[in-house]
Amino acid sequence: MVKITFDGIEVEVEEGTTILNAARKIGGDVVPPAMCYYTPLKGSGGKCRACLVKVAAGSAKDPRPMPKLVASCITPVQDGMVVENTTNPDVLAARKGVVEMLLINHPLDCPICDQAGECDLQNFSYEHGTSATRYEEERRTFEKKDIGPLIQLHMTRCILCYRCVYTADQITDKRVHGVLGRGDAAEIGTYIENVIDNEFSGNVIDVCPVGALTDKTFRFKNRVWFTKPMDAHRDCPTCSGKVVLWMRGNDVLRVTGRKDKYGEVQEFICNECRFDHKDPQDWTIEGPRHIDQGSVISANHYELPVLNVPVVPNLPGSTEEDLKSTPFNLGRQV
Amino acid sequence: MGRKLLTEHINVEGIETFDVYRKHGGYASVEKALKTMSPEEVVEEVKTSGLRGRGGAGFPTGMKWSFLAKPEGKPRYLVCNADESEPGTFKDRYLMEKLPHLLVEGMITSSYALGCRTSYIYIRGELMYILRILEKAIAEAYANGFLGENILGSGYSLDLHVHPGGGAYICGEETALLESLEGKRGNPRNKPPFPAVWGLYGSPTVVNNVESIATVPWIITNTAAEYAKIGVGRSTGTKLISAGGNINKPGVYEIELGVPVEEFIYSDEYCGGIWKGRDMKAVIAGGSSVPILPKDLILKTAAGEDRLMTYESLSDGGFATGTMLGSGGFFVMDDQTCIVRHTWTLARFYHHESCGQCSPCREGTGWLEKVLHRIEYGHGHMHDIDLLVSVAKQIEGNTICPLGDAAAWPVAAAVRHFREEFEWHVKHPEQATSPGAVFNKNASVLA
Repeated sequence: MVKITFDGIEVEVEEGTTILNAARKIGGDVVPPAMCYYTPLKGSGGKCRACLVKVAAGSAKDPRPMPKLVASCITPVQDGMVVENTTNPDVLAARKGVVEMLLINHPLDCPICDQAGECDLQNFSYEHGTSATRYEEERRTFEKKDIGPLIQLHMTRCILCYRCVYTADQITDKRVHGVLGRGDAAEIGTYIENVIDNEFSGNVIDVCPVGALTDKTFRFKNRVWFTKPMDAHRDCPTCSGKVVLWMRGNDVLRVTGRKDKYGEVQEFICNECRFDHKDPQDWTIEGPRHIDQGSVISANHYELPVLNVPVVPNLPGSTEEDLKSTPFNLGRQV
Repeated sequence: MGRKLLTEHINVEGIETFDVYRKHGGYASVEKALKTMSPEEVVEEVKTSGLRGRGGAGFPTGMKWSFLAKPEGKPRYLVCNADESEPGTFKDRYLMEKLPHLLVEGMITSSYALGCRTSYIYIRGELMYILRILEKAIAEAYANGFLGENILGSGYSLDLHVHPGGGAYICGEETALLESLEGKRGNPRNKPPFPAVWGLYGSPTVVNNVESIATVPWIITNTAAEYAKIGVGRSTGTKLISAGGNINKPGVYEIELGVPVEEFIYSDEYCGGIWKGRDMKAVIAGGSSVPILPKDLILKTAAGEDRLMTYESLSDGGFATGTMLGSGGFFVMDDQTCIVRHTWTLARFYHHESCGQCSPCREGTGWLEKVLHRIEYGHGHMHDIDLLVSVAKQIEGNTICPLGDAAAWPVAAAVRHFREEFEWHVKHPEQATSPGAVFNKNASVLA
């Protein structure tokens, strides 16, 4: 075990842990944002530069600071390391810069994007960005490409995090897509118009941090915050069958993998579970999904019992305990 | 006349053939190393020589070699970085074209020192004609027992391959080069691990520039002590400088490190002065990625001393008044050069060559180019000048590989040293865009 100090908080972690995962052990606001890093995907991370931190002391043996900011998702901790994240102005400035760079060519079409409410870039820019841009030039756009009946590719929204490429590389045996082109002309695409078609291809939708890859069977059917996420499972011969059903009434609108509080899929699911079973009777429903992430989805607290009582006026400040002791009917005036 | 260690025999007729090269002392370092020295002694000799990497970074070569991880059932590799493509730098191609056996000899001696059984020369795809020259030299070396099994009966065996790249600037970055050599997209790897631990095919690897490797034979043949006598301070030996721009004698020159910059520019031995008798405006001293310096700062340091062609003197302890020796691409601009246009041209190059893997470089290089384009074509605003500095700062130091820095430094330095010229472009768009019009500080408006 090694000890590091992260924003003044001492934490003990296993040797080989990255700075980001050490911060995740502390949790809360000190955790650096991550747009490209994805724990289950080997080799991911280091690309978006959202998680840059300052290493003020390299280790107890060599306490010199690292000369540049480092990507916390790929840098392993050393015993005695001192890391500055929210306490370092250079880090905050760099992060603001990364938001600005990422938003240069990412269209702000959240009102029509199916990722709205679940978009890592939306959260990242809200927490670390500015309200205005200094970019006056023409934006980059791409020709639309058809990659099959199940997945919609909107390349203009892509931030080239490579997550979908790693997913295809590591959990499928029929990868047909990757990064083509160079620089800001680089794009996710298939080599000579091709369909992304294998039994785990739908996972590229779950790992996409923005709205570049969305579910064609769910698109425009509903906004995610109007749906009820329910944990469910089925006996699947291909995958674990553990999913989240996104329901409206008794209709299953969408099926996804289960994500942890950092938005990372816990177990990848097969396409049959994702796309072919939209009947609630196909599933054993376990109960409401607790969404821990600070997004609009969690604002509705669907896991609480729905009763006909007046709306709590100061909902954002309410704690879970308050809500349990004060049954209410969120969003429905009585 | 400075000493010539690399280019002494460059004009000998037929020097590109094995027999002529051998007659002029070629392959002596291989004989000496394999027959009389242990690999550790060769590494120590290179360390003692003070040789610094000639590809741009200037990191001590011997020290880099000593970082190579101990073999643990894995092979070790030496890869020669012959992907020279920095604008303004053209020394390696000259060396390889004229003296292919010098590089082959350096590869054999260096590979022996590092314990490699297979080594590679990764050459830029556009240089196919040089690839053929190198392949011929390698074939001759095989035929004469300097490559292959049991070289000179020493028990040491080596295979040497030349591998053409796809012609992307980023493939000159050592980890992107390794990715490309492995047959993958030439994207830089995250570091650590460094190639000395996890390099080609996951094995310990050293990546060295052509000139660095080509210098090893002289050091081994003539001893490190002799080599270290040449140069100034920690800048030992000689350096190939590819001089270009508005000078009377563009070309590749081998200089002893420590030559005053003024002498290099104005003496007949080297650049021969500024063409058409014009005044000098600025110099890029080490390839297009290093900060540009105006005339007064390229000739004298901030302390008022003569600026020398050394790593230390050119850097001047920091970027504000210094630059870098870099790869030795020495580009001189006369007083008719438009700095804004020149900076835009460089930004366009880095925008085009960014691999697109990390956000600040992918998006920032294009942003810099577009703002510079606007200013150059008379559509800029005053706040654009500060925007350039700000965007450059957002890129610098925040990217996976040094391409981000290479794109940001020239822009930031151009604005720092030639801000008036940028302002003039914004204030006088009609004059700035008229053909041949160039801002001249001394002539107040137009040259």
